[in-house]
Amino acid sequence: MVKLNLHFSGGLELLFGNQKEYSVDVPHEPPSELKVGQLLVWTRDHLLTERPELFMKDKTVRPGILVLVNDVDWELSGTLDSELVDGDNVVFISTLHGG
Amino acid sequence: MPITCSSCGVEKAALRRPKTGDKLCKVCFFAAFEQEVHEAILTNNLFTAGDRVAVGASGGKDSTVLAYVLSLLNQRHSYGLDLVLLSVDEGISGYRDDSLETVKRNEQQYGIPLTIVSYQQLYGWSMDQIVKQIGTRNNCTFCGVFRRQALDRGAFLVKANKVATGHNADDIAETVLLNLIRGDLPRLGRCAGISTGEDGDLPRVKPFKYTYEKEIVMYAHFKKLDYFSTECIYAPYATRGFAREFIKDLETVRPSAIADLVRAAEEFRIGPDNAEQLAQPKTCQRCGYLSSQDVCKACLLLEGLNTGNPRLGFIMLANIEGNVFKLLSL
Repeated sequence: MVKLNLHFSGGLELLFGNQKEYSVDVPHEPPSELKVGQLLVWTRDHLLTERPELFMKDKTVRPGILVLVNDVDWELSGTLDSELVDGDNVVFISTLHGG
Repeated sequence: MPITCSSCGVEKAALRRPKTGDKLCKVCFFAAFEQEVHEAILTNNLFTAGDRVAVGASGGKDSTVLAYVLSLLNQRHSYGLDLVLLSVDEGISGYRDDSLETVKRNEQQYGIPLTIVSYQQLYGWSMDQIVKQIGTRNNCTFCGVFRRQALDRGAFLVKANKVATGHNADDIAETVLLNLIRGDLPRLGRCAGISTGEDGDLPRVKPFKYTYEKEIVMYAHFKKLDYFSTECIYAPYATRGFAREFIKDLETVRPSAIADLVRAAEEFRIGPDNAEQLAQPKTCQRCGYLSSQDVCKACLLLEGLNTGNPRLGFIMLANIEGNVFKLLSL
């Protein structure tokens, strides 16, 4: 298990039961680290309540959704291959909503 | 392994800038973001000291960041602007109510006075009433037409001489693409302008024309700015169409594509044959506000509503705008 704090905002929370914060235990077998790509699939299958196509496209997030791991842009940590450990914070922000 | 900021070389990088690929820490990112908006304002002479600028404020990310940054730059660089927040209340209960609360907090947070104008007050109809009358098929058309004019009317009301909106580079790239697909040459040539109506009473400026949406959202996130992001109850999840989706896909493959699309439209020139087709700005015979036709779209739609035949206004509008309009309303 990997303990993570997930945060959904920018309208994305609407797809997650209108709940912004989740503390979760994500099943994972060592020795390899849990990767964000795996987290996405688990999140879609266990937390998402509606319209999965608005969260994921193919194996990644829908373009226009920003991901930050410990408040750092996931493009700096390897996007889908970013590794996660106990206590990490993962933030998902949709940019696709009106402004 | 944390990556070091490519600008200061000290702090941990917090994001990769889509436009440049630079890996910056929060502080260097804020500085670069603000400086670029400042340069866009200076280079294009968007403002003159003494201007009273109405900032179109929806409570959403773009307008919230715009109000914050304009207020900051106005102080930092002594622009001498008199800033006011201007919000339009479409009268959509459960949606606009909440976002207006955000704008009211922004008024306090940024110390910029707020004025709210409502559809009810301007047109005699709220969106809730319009939807009751016409259903949810063409309601977005009414809302869009009314909103554009409402901002102008509100700006006159607060005696502003300029309107600033939060349109960003992604928005403009999307409009460029749509105008290209529609074959709308006059709009294609015009839509990438950083300001419109410079010769009229109320120019509109877009200080975020070169600013990527990703950076606006990152800026709001890192600065913990208070913005609102719930979907309109009448068009949930439908605010952006295929063009937006396509642009976001392009950005994933090649982040400079957004800036390139904007530049492509800037370079676009209308030949003399087509120049004649450009509608000369007129004023509406009924309400006196700016219109490309003798009677403005808002008045056409209102006539339909007020005569109990809402289809009428919509059909008249469709006739003016051609098939493209019908396509969009599907």
